[in-house]
Amino acid sequence: MNRQAVITPPSVRSAASDGPAARRSGALSRWLYSRPRVRLGALLVLPLAWLGVLYIGSLLLLFATAFWRVDTFTSKVQPAFTLDNFVRLATEPAYQATALRTIGISLAVTLLCAAVALPLGLYMAKVASRRVRTLLAIGIALPLWAGYLVKVYSWRISFTTGGPLDWLLRPFGLDAPGYGTGALVVTLAYLWFPFMAVPVYSALRQIPENLFEASSDLGGRSWATVRHVALPLLKPALIAGSIFTFSLSLGDYIAAQFVGGKTQVIGTVIASNINLNPPLAAAFSMVPLAVVVLYLLAARRSGALKHF
Amino acid sequence: MSEDRGAKKLRRTMLPLAVLAASALALTGCSGGTDAAAGGGGITVPDIPAATEVGDGEGEVNIVAWAGFVEDGTTNPDADWVSAFEEQTGCMVNRKVGATSDEMVQLMRTGEYDVVSASGDASLRLIAGGDVQPINTDLVPNFGNLVEGLKGQIYDTLNGKSYGVPIGRGANVLMYNTDLVPEAPDSWAATWEPDSEYAGKIMAYDSPIFIADAALYLMATQPDLGITNPYALDETQLDAAVELLEQQNGIAGEYWNDALKAVSSISSGTAALGTGWQVIVNLAQNDGGPVEAVLPKEGATGWSDTWMIHAEAKNQNCAYQWIDYASSPEVNAAIAQNFGMAPANTLACEGSEANIAHCETFHATDEEYYKNVWMWTTPVEECLDGRTDVTCTNYQQWTEAWTRVKG
Repeated sequence: MNRQAVITPPSVRSAASDGPAARRSGALSRWLYSRPRVRLGALLVLPLAWLGVLYIGSLLLLFATAFWRVDTFTSKVQPAFTLDNFVRLATEPAYQATALRTIGISLAVTLLCAAVALPLGLYMAKVASRRVRTLLAIGIALPLWAGYLVKVYSWRISFTTGGPLDWLLRPFGLDAPGYGTGALVVTLAYLWFPFMAVPVYSALRQIPENLFEASSDLGGRSWATVRHVALPLLKPALIAGSIFTFSLSLGDYIAAQFVGGKTQVIGTVIASNINLNPPLAAAFSMVPLAVVVLYLLAARRSGALKHF
Repeated sequence: MSEDRGAKKLRRTMLPLAVLAASALALTGCSGGTDAAAGGGGITVPDIPAATEVGDGEGEVNIVAWAGFVEDGTTNPDADWVSAFEEQTGCMVNRKVGATSDEMVQLMRTGEYDVVSASGDASLRLIAGGDVQPINTDLVPNFGNLVEGLKGQIYDTLNGKSYGVPIGRGANVLMYNTDLVPEAPDSWAATWEPDSEYAGKIMAYDSPIFIADAALYLMATQPDLGITNPYALDETQLDAAVELLEQQNGIAGEYWNDALKAVSSISSGTAALGTGWQVIVNLAQNDGGPVEAVLPKEGATGWSDTWMIHAEAKNQNCAYQWIDYASSPEVNAAIAQNFGMAPANTLACEGSEANIAHCETFHATDEEYYKNVWMWTTPVEECLDGRTDVTCTNYQQWTEAWTRVKG
C-alpha cells in the first residue's frame, strides 16, 4: 500500500501551462494514476507476453508434440493423440538407463564442483592476500568469456591419445583415460565450475572471522570448524550453486558428443531423435524437466531458496 | 506475500494456461484423423510443378551439403570451386554441412535452404514428404553427360519425374591408422568381433543407417539369416544386426558423425580403425596423418548423392545455376576427387591423367563393382529385396534399435 503513495499525482498546473502534447500526456498519467491496476497491467503486458507466449507457450507446444506421431517413412510429424511415446520410454530399458546415467553424471559433476569450490573458496576468503584473491577470482571468471565450443574442443584435445594428459601421466606409467564418462564429468565440471565457485566464495566471505576464532577457542580443530561452522552456513550457497551445475549438466549434449566417446546421455538421445522422431524427443525432454522441477522443490524445502 | 495468496494467484495464472493446453490437444486430435487418411500405403508423391526457365540470379543460394561438396578454400586451400561460381553468377553461396542424412532432411524442412546434396535415404524421404521439387533436366545442360547407371535411380526418380541431379557415388570405406594397424585389413571383422585386437579403439558411424553395415557383415558371415539386401531386414534379421551392434558397442571407442571429429580421432590414434569416408582419409593425409582406407572383401554400404531443390526454394534461379555449374565436368571432377568418390559426369573422367586415374581408382563407370556396394536407402515395410511373405522393419524401428544399441 505504501508503494502507491510514493508516486505523486501529476500536477494539474504544469500540464496546463505546457503545450497540447504535454496536456495529453498529463491527462493520460492522471487517468493511469487513478487506475493502479491498469497501470500495473500496462507495465507487465510485454514481459508477461514474453514469458507466457514465447517461453511457456513453446514448452506447451513441446508437451503437445509429445503426444503426436511420426510418419514411419518420411519422419514427418503428424498431429494425433497417442501415448505411444511415453509407453516406449517406460518400456525400453535403454531410455531408463540413459536417464539414470545422465542424472548420475550430473550429480558427479555437482559433487566434483563442490569439492573443488569449497577449499578454493575457503582459501580465497580467509587465507589469501588481496592480490592473490583478485588473481584467483579473475581465474575463475575468465573461462566464462571463452566460447563454449572452444572449451569443449580443448578438452577433447586434452583427452586425446598422445595429448597433454597422456604426456602428463606417462611418467607415472599411466595412459590418458580417453573419451568416456570420466572425461565427460571432468569437462562438464570445468564448464560449470564458476557457477558453483562464485556463490560458495561470496558466502564464505560473509562468514565473520570471529566465528572461526570462537570455534578454535572452544577447542574445535580445523576440520571440526569446517564441518560444524562453515558447512551449515554454506548450505544455501552450495544448493544454489548445485542448481546450476546439476541442471546445466542434465541438459548438455555437445560435450557428450565431443568427449563422451560412446556415452549416451539424455541430450544426445533427444538430439538424434529431433531429426528422426521429434515426438519421442519431446516426450523424452519431459524427463530432465521433471527431474529439475523435483530438484528445485527439494531445494525449496531445504530453505535455500528463501532469498529468491 | 503470504503462502496462501501465492497459491491462489498461482491457480489464477495457471487456469488460462491449462485451458490453452487442453484446446491445443483438442485441436491436434481433430486434425489427426484427416491426416492419417491421406497418407496411407506406398509412396505417394505430392504434385509439385517443375521450373520452366532459369531467370536472373537472386544474389545468393543456401546449400545443405556433405563435408567436401561445397568448398571455398577455407577447409583446404586447394579445394575451391565456390569462388569462381560466385564471380560468374553473382550468387553468393551459403553452405551448411550436414552430418547425417537425417539431419539434412530436417534442415531442408526448415525451408531455409534451396539446395541439398541428398543421399539415397534422404532423397526418398524428401520426395515423399513434398520437400523437394521435380527437376527440369532441360535446364541443366550438363545432365546429358551423366553416367547411365546413375540416371533414373529409384532414390531420385519417381513416377517418371526426376527429382535430383546425380553428383557421384562411393562406398563407406574401412579407414585405419597405419601407426596402429601396420597391415592393411581386408575384412570388416576387426571392427565387429569381440576378440578384435583393436578393442576400445574402433570408431563407428553414428546414425541408424549404420545398422545396414552390421547387416552387410551378417550377409557374409551368417548366411543362415537369409539377408539378401541390408536395407530389407525382417524382425529376426534386425534383431541379429542389433545383437552384432551391441557386441560392437563393447569394443567401440567412439561414434562419430562430424567428419572433422573423425579426422581428429583417426589421425591422433584415438581410434585405430573404423567406418569412414574417403574425404576423411584425404583430409587426414593432407595434415600428415598416418591414415589409409580399403574396401573390405565383404563389400560395403555406400551412397549415391544427388542435388535437389527445395519445393519452395527462395533462390530457385541460383539453385539451378549452382546445380548446372556443379555438374560441369571440371567442377564435378573437383568435388569427386576432393571427396573421394566416383563422379557422375562421364566427362569428369577425361581430359587429364589425374581425372582418368581417379575414375579408375573409384570405378566410376564399372557397374559390376557397385554390385558389391549397397547404396543407402530408406528401409520401408515392403521389403526392398522383393519378399512378400514378411513385413520388413521401417526406419522408425531402426531408429529405436539404434538407441538400444548405444544403451
